[in-house]
Amino acid sequence: MTYTQILYDGLWKNNTGFVQLLGLCPILAITTTLTNGLGLGIATLLVLIASNVTISLIRNIVPVAVRLPIFVIIIASFVTATEMFVKAFYYDLYLVLGIYLPLIVTNCIIIGRAEAFASKQTVGHALFDGITMGIGFIFALGMLSGLRELFGYGTLFANADLMFGPAAQFLTVTVFENYHGFLLAILPPGAFFGLGLLIAMKKAIDLRVGIK
Amino acid sequence: MKINTLSKNMLKTATMLTLFAVLGGGLVTVSFQMTREQIQANERLSLLRNLNEVMSHDRYDNDLFSDVREMTHEALLGTAEPVIIYRARKQGQPVGAIFTSVASDGYSGSIHLLIGVHSDGTLAGVRVVSHQETPGLGDIIDLRKSKWILGFQGRSLNNPNESSWKVRRDGGVFDHLTGATVTPRAVVKAVKNTLVFYQNHREEVFFH
Repeated sequence: MTYTQILYDGLWKNNTGFVQLLGLCPILAITTTLTNGLGLGIATLLVLIASNVTISLIRNIVPVAVRLPIFVIIIASFVTATEMFVKAFYYDLYLVLGIYLPLIVTNCIIIGRAEAFASKQTVGHALFDGITMGIGFIFALGMLSGLRELFGYGTLFANADLMFGPAAQFLTVTVFENYHGFLLAILPPGAFFGLGLLIAMKKAIDLRVGIK
Repeated sequence: MKINTLSKNMLKTATMLTLFAVLGGGLVTVSFQMTREQIQANERLSLLRNLNEVMSHDRYDNDLFSDVREMTHEALLGTAEPVIIYRARKQGQPVGAIFTSVASDGYSGSIHLLIGVHSDGTLAGVRVVSHQETPGLGDIIDLRKSKWILGFQGRSLNNPNESSWKVRRDGGVFDHLTGATVTPRAVVKAVKNTLVFYQNHREEVFFH
């Protein structure tokens, strides 16, 4: 397994959002605005890196019979700690993400990468896998939430200051003036339609350039 | 011999599991200690910011958090649970009260409100704290979506008179969106009921 392969896997070929379809619960629930999507994506990335590295470090001392309970303990502790830090230092973002932060625990991406990759690979590989898979997830969340926000509200990066501070207000773009909103894009069915479209687009690109 | 290896294995497994449980618990404990004060401060600040939205902070000089009363009145305050009332005073004199009333007959679940009432019974302000009403329709009660909720400011049981404390569709004075009367109707009713409660229990609200 080379680093290039890991990079390609994480960002495109095996993208968690578009191909593995792991973490559907947050992907569908939180992607109503780009800010929300990126906020959850970054939190997931941090947890994924921490859990991948830790699990790779202990892969040789953990008894096979209890490896899954141990992985779950590690992931749950990291997520709880992350939630506390977000609540302490990004309180407004915490109010937006709310229940979806603790739900990172149940995000199958984390335990999936722990079991399928980190528990069998060196620390360097596991770290890199965490980074690329996490960025792939952010990419998927970003595409879907950008699409939904654009069609649903006619804006991009609304409330960006919640995450990046008041200085980030300039990021907010009103794409369509006097747009009355397209409710379907914001409601849960819009998440399924959007994700379906994006998966189809990815397949179409793959076919076009001849990737199997 | 075999049993010996087996029990050794079990012992090792149990030890590892315990070890990681302790480590995980330790990580959470340390994070909790590091963030506890900041989180409490955030929650307090955020609540105070909300309270000041419905009761401007230059009107009172007491600490709202230590001047709190709980009262229960399911018919008028919308919930069988005790409702927290923050009491605002200036130089010891009551100037207003903030009710955490609930509108229980919205379209989807309870709508939690903050209702600030001046001591003379006029509304200082109303805000929605949390709701699950339909996006794009029922959520006009949310200040981030529409200024509708600001229409309560300055109203009282005499303004408009009691029979007009309704949405326009029911013959009252409060606007609503076509197709979304249920949510505004519930909020109007909850605000009116809180004013009635205040009128009936003014002494109890401030002096107990």
